[in-house]
Amino acid sequence: MTDNNNDRGDASPAANDDQEMLPLMQRILDNPFLLLVLGVATPAVFYIIWGIIEITQIPIAD
Amino acid sequence: MAITPPTERIWWRQPIAKVELVWIIIAFTWGLIMFFMMIFWHGAGEQNLSSEAYQIKPERFAAHAQKMIDDHQVRIEGGFPVVHPPPGSDVYLIARLWQWWPILELEKDQSYRLHLSSMDWQHGFSLQPVNINLQVHPGYEMVLTIRPDQAGEFGIVCNEFCGIGHHMMVGKIYVAE
Amino acid sequence: MSKIFDFRTCPTTGLRVDRTAEKLIKANAVAAVIFLAIGGLFGLLVALTRWPAVHFLPADWFYLALTAHGLDVLLVWIIFFEMAVLYFASAILLNCRLAGARWAWTGFGLMLTGALVTNVAVLRGQSSVMFTSYVPMQAEPAFYLGIILFAVGALIGCFVFFGTLVVARREKTYAGSIPLVTFGALTAAIIAVFTIASGAIILIPTLLWSLGLVAHIDPLVYKTIWWAMGHSSQQINVSAHVAVWYAIAAMVLGAKPLSEKVSRTAFLMYILFLQLASAHHMLVEPGFSPEWKIFNTSYAMYLAVLGSMIHGMTVPGSIEAAQRARGLTKGLFEWLRKAPWGNPAFAGMFMSLVFFGFIGGISGVVMGTEQINMIMHNTLYVPGHFHGTVVAGTTLAFMAITYLLIPLIFRRELAMRKLATWQPYIFGIGVAGISIFMMGAGTLGVARRHWDMTFADALLPFDYPSVAYLMMALNGIFAVMAATGGLMFVLVVVRSVFFGRRLAENEKPSYPEVPPQAAAVAHYGSAESPHIPGTVFLVGIFFVAFVLYYFVNWKYLSEVWPLS
Repeated sequence: MTDNNNDRGDASPAANDDQEMLPLMQRILDNPFLLLVLGVATPAVFYIIWGIIEITQIPIAD
Repeated sequence: MAITPPTERIWWRQPIAKVELVWIIIAFTWGLIMFFMMIFWHGAGEQNLSSEAYQIKPERFAAHAQKMIDDHQVRIEGGFPVVHPPPGSDVYLIARLWQWWPILELEKDQSYRLHLSSMDWQHGFSLQPVNINLQVHPGYEMVLTIRPDQAGEFGIVCNEFCGIGHHMMVGKIYVAE
Repeated sequence: MSKIFDFRTCPTTGLRVDRTAEKLIKANAVAAVIFLAIGGLFGLLVALTRWPAVHFLPADWFYLALTAHGLDVLLVWIIFFEMAVLYFASAILLNCRLAGARWAWTGFGLMLTGALVTNVAVLRGQSSVMFTSYVPMQAEPAFYLGIILFAVGALIGCFVFFGTLVVARREKTYAGSIPLVTFGALTAAIIAVFTIASGAIILIPTLLWSLGLVAHIDPLVYKTIWWAMGHSSQQINVSAHVAVWYAIAAMVLGAKPLSEKVSRTAFLMYILFLQLASAHHMLVEPGFSPEWKIFNTSYAMYLAVLGSMIHGMTVPGSIEAAQRARGLTKGLFEWLRKAPWGNPAFAGMFMSLVFFGFIGGISGVVMGTEQINMIMHNTLYVPGHFHGTVVAGTTLAFMAITYLLIPLIFRRELAMRKLATWQPYIFGIGVAGISIFMMGAGTLGVARRHWDMTFADALLPFDYPSVAYLMMALNGIFAVMAATGGLMFVLVVVRSVFFGRRLAENEKPSYPEVPPQAAAVAHYGSAESPHIPGTVFLVGIFFVAFVLYYFVNWKYLSEVWPLS
């Protein structure tokens, strides 16, 4: 474990607002609209669309 | 605090405490075990629901059931035909407001292809006291292979709400030695 | 900042409070509590009817009451309160004005109208179709219309929340990333958008069908998409009440999350995977492949469960760390013994955490196992499970934070303190009892949504085991207890909000005690590992219980008739 105080500094946390400096995952988690797209698309694809496809493929009884 | 912005600007690079890391690894591993348990049971377990199903018109399903009743009826009980189909055969059970039709008489340790469908609304096939519960839809026929391994008298309760007579919808399966 | 927005400064937290947001929080919370009271009353009637010795309502009224109970508490109370949580977590916690206040009021109006329309439709007696309204069973058009209006209103509320996030970032009302609680609320809002979109996709055609404009709705397609709404709406609750846990731990004890990274990643697991569990309702339907079932029912290899298990450690862990930093370091549990158990906000929150994990959480995962579902589907085990999640979990957490909202947002002194102190215990234990005994009856096969477990009017006889009757009597007794706790809550809220002493502009409320932010004692991400042995012990017990219960149910499954 490293000393975390190095990142903190004395300035206010927003002193540097340059988003480019931030790690990728932090930028993703700070982007509500990207999360919205992911959070709607994932269940729409895996649950709804895949599920409806399976229903439509149920054969007709002879 | 959780109600204020993080104090570190780059919180993603903060180290994770060991106790948290250990718990994450345990929880993740447990998730994998539970995931593979379902797959494992498909190979090793005896209770796996078939995905065999067909789209079927209610009249057509009723006709199959009627043919089975005509061929294999052995007696009448409380107004319900009791059917003793041969082992290994296709067995039809109709769900409708508010009956499971007909009464089936099966033989212990024999396999049957059980067909389930509804004539009207959704119903819930709840075999008691075995406690096997399946959803029955109108317009769809579910086909599964069952092998009763206990003899006796079993009830079929409807456990999907199907209107005002729902609580009167009881059927029966006999399993003979 | 434009002058047309009206702010006050909170004397307790130092936050700037947008008065419009404050009014909206009040309106949504009051509407929520009213529908909780109505829905709770219906719930009591249901439980009294299912108590075999009482068997209170006739069959038609029972099914009507059960429909109304599901709608009013599962949907209306919870979503109204969630709107209050969204506005609180955005405008208040971000120090910001609420974006599009007029839209927010429009949303509120639509939700209120929709809730009333659906309630009237149900009370007219022609729409006793249960909360799920499975086609081809048909309700009056007004039943579907009301739910659609309610959902559209809630969707507007979600976008007001997203808009407020945008405004706050643009106007730099906060520095860095949004607070963790706001992130939890964001998770809830994202799931809400999926939920409401799914609801619209299926309920609008169903409305047209009930008007005779559409000929046929496929029951299997309906059920699939309906549960994308029905189950996901409960996932909104999970996200929201976890956010509320973090908020109460912070406000009452100054607790800091152990790690922002870990807690936020756990919420990300919710955003991505929690909604897949809609498949829990589709495990014994005709036609779905095992691949679809296993992938969805396991929330993609249990990654969302991983999220919950993380929160299950980090929330109590942050409390323990804060308490130990205060000097409560003796043994494993001094921090817990000397926690503010007399503060209903804390008591409710902690019980919500424990009950959600042990009762609702474990049973949900077990029941959602592809094959095990066969021995539980549509039995009373199902309502037993979700009373553990939605009532002992969400409702109790929402009640708990209400005790903080009354002084901080309503600016009223909490009235009837003695009653308030007892309320979480009476309600929490009552609901835990309901959950456990319904699960017990379900394990014995007793059907849910069923008026008469004696089958007195059935053409063919059938009897459940006599233990099941005992279970249902105990369920009835604990339901009376829970209803008493619910009534206590409503009394305290109504008395405080409408008749309580108004706090002066700069007066700090004396009760429940809320330490100022400066009292934050724990430092997350500290170089040394946080010392939380008590939490580790509790989490260990949870894990052992989980594993044992999981395999016990595989054993039960292996004893039923072979089928394939």
